[in-house]
Amino acid sequence: MNIIKNYFDKIRPNFEPKGKLHAFRSVFEGFESFLLVPNTTSKNGVSIHDAIDSKRIMSIVVIALLPALLFGMYNIGYQHYMKAEIEGSLLEMFSYGFLVMLPKIIVSYLVGLGIEFIVAQYKKEEIQEGYLVTGLIVPLILPVNCPLWMMAVAIAFAVIFAKEIFGGTGMNIFNVALVARAFLFFSYSGKMTGDEVWVAKDSVLGLGRDLPDSVTMATPLAQNGTDATSLYDMIVGLIPGSVGETSVIAIAIGAIILLWTGIASWKIMTSVFVGGGLTAALFFAAGQTPFEWYEHLFLGGFCFGAVFMATDPVTSARTEGGKYIYGLLIGVIAVVVRVLNPGYPEGMMLAILFMNMFAPLIDYCFVERNIGKRMKRLKNVD
Amino acid sequence: MIRTIKIKKGLDIPLMGAASGVVKETRVEGIYSIEPQDFYGFKPKPVVKEGDCVAAGDPLFVNKEIESLKVVSPVSGKVVAVERGERRKLLSIKVEADNVQRYKEFGTRDVTQMNCDEVKALLLESGLFAFVHQRPFDIVANPGDSPRAIFVSAFNTMPLAQDFLIAYKDNEHYFQLGINALGRIAPVTLCLNEKERDTELSKTENAELYVIDGPNPSGNVGVQINHISPINKGEIVWTIGAEELILIGKLLETGKVDLTRTIALAGSEVKEPSYFKAIIGMSLNTLLEGRLCRSQHIRIINGNPLVGRVAGLSHYLSARATEVTVIPEGDDNDEVLGWIMPRLNDFSKNRSYFSWLQGKKKYNLDARIKGGERHIIMSGEYDRVLPMDIYAGYLIKAILTADLDRMEMLGIYEVAPEDFAVAEFVDSSKLELQRIVREGLDLLRKELE
Repeated sequence: MNIIKNYFDKIRPNFEPKGKLHAFRSVFEGFESFLLVPNTTSKNGVSIHDAIDSKRIMSIVVIALLPALLFGMYNIGYQHYMKAEIEGSLLEMFSYGFLVMLPKIIVSYLVGLGIEFIVAQYKKEEIQEGYLVTGLIVPLILPVNCPLWMMAVAIAFAVIFAKEIFGGTGMNIFNVALVARAFLFFSYSGKMTGDEVWVAKDSVLGLGRDLPDSVTMATPLAQNGTDATSLYDMIVGLIPGSVGETSVIAIAIGAIILLWTGIASWKIMTSVFVGGGLTAALFFAAGQTPFEWYEHLFLGGFCFGAVFMATDPVTSARTEGGKYIYGLLIGVIAVVVRVLNPGYPEGMMLAILFMNMFAPLIDYCFVERNIGKRMKRLKNVD
Repeated sequence: MIRTIKIKKGLDIPLMGAASGVVKETRVEGIYSIEPQDFYGFKPKPVVKEGDCVAAGDPLFVNKEIESLKVVSPVSGKVVAVERGERRKLLSIKVEADNVQRYKEFGTRDVTQMNCDEVKALLLESGLFAFVHQRPFDIVANPGDSPRAIFVSAFNTMPLAQDFLIAYKDNEHYFQLGINALGRIAPVTLCLNEKERDTELSKTENAELYVIDGPNPSGNVGVQINHISPINKGEIVWTIGAEELILIGKLLETGKVDLTRTIALAGSEVKEPSYFKAIIGMSLNTLLEGRLCRSQHIRIINGNPLVGRVAGLSHYLSARATEVTVIPEGDDNDEVLGWIMPRLNDFSKNRSYFSWLQGKKKYNLDARIKGGERHIIMSGEYDRVLPMDIYAGYLIKAILTADLDRMEMLGIYEVAPEDFAVAEFVDSSKLELQRIVREGLDLLRKELE
């Protein structure tokens, strides 16, 4: 372990003020604190600290995302091989999906972390870890055939205008990954609304084969129940859709990790499902939607949004009571958009962004109630 | 009938090296140092010069603003130093102890014959009043105020803290006398823990008794006040350490100021952690001589690891500390990829580590922060360990933005920095919450003056 420490000690002078590489100080510090736990000790206040820090929290979320990512890779291959009508082994399909996803993940991290490094250098702060999660979520919530440049533009827009101008991770109002998706949704809506091909079309390194542009295949939500997808497919996730959102099982594994470690709020997560389920049941009973209430929860980005995006601690409600209302309304709005708006088959993204905006208002009501209690007490004393 | 209050929120931090019940004596020798920083809110003005001879109980410095507020010498001897820092701020007054101790006579008193003003006058004259704190602001109380109540917590839930029952043993009578005296000023509320329910403490008279059952920080008097009768704007509540009541009782009974405490010397870097009878201001070097496991990479704390002040061997026993703890500093610890490792020897409230699986295991935590400072990211982290009806995260943000009205509305009058100690421990954003709260309190106090 001394080797790493000695190496960092050796190159440190280059990054100090007046050093040759001072412009990369934030990068150096980022990597150093990534590899070695900083042994800075507290100067005042508590002398001991909990082992938790934001690196740990973000890593746990990344780990929770892995099942969805790995399954998503396999599903990309599966969908492609099915459309291309060629036989492929499980490994081949996975490798195909892996090769499709790899450049997306690399570009996502390069663009997003690049901006983070620059901002950290400019503000003379440490690099914030928030993007580790955002950077993985963005490729997972985009359709597989979204071009790399489009994703890069969206990420740059989202990181700069949804996060950094507010002051960085912890200060943003909107979920950064969803802002990236919303940016593409409104700028290049043809690619995003889910009524076009959501299957990878090109062969990669000899895997798969090029598909003609004329092949079309809509996501189940866009088909609006005309070509019934079986419940089994919805839960396992072997259906077209955004990369990470199709498999309920993979997302459920992530949900268990997040809830077990307490990093995501169970209050938000369950109330999203309750809100969505109830609303869908009402619409189904009224004959407005061909999908049963549970199908609404399993289809599209509902599960992924409820587990990974609605629970973002920064942009969700921060008061414990507010979390129920926040979650409930996300579920309700998501299904309302799906059912009542003919233009958009999916409503999860808009529902979460909308509620991001209202989370502070919900919190305000709860905090005011606490203040009101205090004021009332004061009045009684007088 | 003792009322019981159950508290659910909070976190007990199981540290290695708790002091055993044996109480050892220390000799009165060498230099004793009294520091104004232990009496927060004091504007100190020395009343002795180098070379003066003082008896135990003679004043060393007074509060410039309220000159009747004094801090007295814990020992008799010669004043060897009046140390000043920047802008001539008084840092400490050091007294070299005589071989035979002389005490200033205050005369024995019968508390039943005394009224409120007489008790205040005696406490002021003997310097014991400086140990009375007030809420709001958590500063030394102003003797001119009439507090609504006086709260005493007879237990401390902080890690490695003193077990008050050990200090209480053989001092039951003095403790009761102390309660009787304070009862002349305002109604006294005494809070016990579950363990103390079956002891003599529960038979204490002239005080309203409560049993508080819950994890750290339920031993904090601020938490207890919040559960029993929260402080409103404009109200004043006084608080005093349980051991100080014994000191008051001794003063009444013997007519002398005896500032001897029963100090817990604890922590994983201490050989045989145990209790010591020690006079406040004692040299830590003398106290710790031969009792440390190693001499380097350790952290000596005047107090417990959550609210105590970092000290060194050249420092002295803080006037308000009931324990001295020594833990590893951790600056020699180069841990690789800590954010992803299981870290079985680390303690965390978060279940991404495994301390929740390890039962009653005790931990040897060092002083590393184990993370960088960030904005507040997680929600509810503070609220889960702050058992008060207060939105802690919002209060902290109001303080950071120096929004005085908002601070008031969110309940800053009810809190002291120590109430945020556990929240500071669990904070994944690694903010110095106790410092922030202290700054908020100071700002508000300045504004109100």
